[in-house]
Amino acid sequence: MIRDFAIVWSERDLLLSGLGNTTILSVLSAIAGLVIAFVLTPALMSKRRWLALTVRVFVDGMRCVPFLLFAYIVYYGLPSFGIRLDNWSSGLVALTVYHAAYLAEILRGAWVAQPREPIEAGVAFGFSGPRLFRRIILPPLLLAAGPVIGNQMIQIVKDSAFLTIIALPELTHAASSIQSRHYVPFAAFITAVFLYWGLCLVIEAGVSGIDRLASARR
Amino acid sequence: MTNDMAVLDVAGISKRFGDLQVLSDISFTVTRGETVCVLGPSGSGKSTLLRCINWLERPDAGQIYLNGDRIGINNGGVVMSDRELSRVRTRIGMVFQHFALWPHLTVLQNLMEAPVQVQRRPAAEVREEAMALLAKVGLSDKADVFPARLSGGQKQRVGIARALAMKPDVLLFDEPTSALDPELVGEVLLVMRELAREGRTMVIVTHEMGFARDAATRILFMDRGRVVETGPPERFFVSPDTERARQFIQRYAAG
Ligand SMILES: Nc1ncnc2c1ncn2[C@@H]1O[C@H](COP(=O)(O)OP(=O)(O)OP(=O)(O)O)[C@@H](O)[C@H]1O
Ligand SMILES: [Mg+2]
Repeated sequence: MIRDFAIVWSERDLLLSGLGNTTILSVLSAIAGLVIAFVLTPALMSKRRWLALTVRVFVDGMRCVPFLLFAYIVYYGLPSFGIRLDNWSSGLVALTVYHAAYLAEILRGAWVAQPREPIEAGVAFGFSGPRLFRRIILPPLLLAAGPVIGNQMIQIVKDSAFLTIIALPELTHAASSIQSRHYVPFAAFITAVFLYWGLCLVIEAGVSGIDRLASARR
Repeated sequence: MTNDMAVLDVAGISKRFGDLQVLSDISFTVTRGETVCVLGPSGSGKSTLLRCINWLERPDAGQIYLNGDRIGINNGGVVMSDRELSRVRTRIGMVFQHFALWPHLTVLQNLMEAPVQVQRRPAAEVREEAMALLAKVGLSDKADVFPARLSGGQKQRVGIARALAMKPDVLLFDEPTSALDPELVGEVLLVMRELAREGRTMVIVTHEMGFARDAATRILFMDRGRVVETGPPERFFVSPDTERARQFIQRYAAG
């Protein structure tokens, strides 16, 4: 067993580059997903019925599709419509779009739970449109939804493992290459598990930072 | 058509919610330096009236002028865009029953937010004025505290300072002391009395009869969406013209 781990250690460069790629994928799609959610959420709350309904259909649709299937559609399905993305772009697009739907729904839930008066005060004091959302509505949402958003970030990290099926060299892909090359499945995969766990700990540290900010404000 | 001295001119405002006629043909003017107290039983439409003045609620009929400028309808005769409405709203300060402070901002940031972000005034200048306003409402030491750490009375004094920071032409108050514990009402009324003495133009919806009696320049008594009676407080409280007002005063004098 020790020898198995020694083999994994000898392949540490591969694992670390997998870890690096998983981190890059997760961070980029978390940021992009949040930015898209910042647009989707006001649309979900819009008084324009057709707009709210359209976005609602998209959000609910996304949340009902298994991520793996969605990744297949982006990578293998889109080329039939003339959209051909390489595996990195496909992976990023799939992760981002899929989780943007979840994030939008999280923010909408937090918005509905907010007291109405401070937002109304924003309007009365001359805020409107994107500025109202950005300056008055959004910050309390992020503080209130911090832990749930953190949870979603963890989900993003875990879903990124599916991208191994489109040959994206992320952490799971690295672990399975090591195991198939050296036949050390347990050592290779358990090492990957601990590395994923490390990523989650980093995210949770971030969440508790946000929580400290929030508790000073409530 | 509009009075030269009129800061606020409300002409024939009506508003209905579904089958409920909440405001019927409300007209009054507020001249510079006046403190108008709006009294009336619960549900008589006082909040709706204030909300119509800055178009938080869109009136069904009537006109509102602020220093001669029509609110809500632009020169072309069409309903203002959100952006146009926003610009007008910065000239009307509003103080809310439940304070409505922005929870993610400190007290000082609450005061500076609209002047800097909406009115685009230089932050340094706004900060200086905001600190002076906090001193005026007795909260200089709370500048860097978040609203959640304040008492109700302190929150409402911040609410008033926040409205003043925009240098509005008129201040609207919707029951500013109704959400407060009785022992905290006094500190807020004190600030409002001071503003009245300075000659700020104010429209105040309140159930504080003592305050209305000695701080108001004029009483506007509403019932069932109509202005039933208007006049100086000396006359309104001593010899009201209408039976409705008499009953209302008696009930509040008793309780
Ligand atoms: N958005 C709304 N939709 C439907 N009805 C409303 C709405 N806002 C107010 N109303 C109704 O309009 C009437 C007047 O309400 P308003 O809040 O203006 O009264 P008020 O004089 O401020 O009462 P209070 O002293 O209780 O604050 C009430 O019957 C109320 O239920
Ligand atoms: Mg009211």
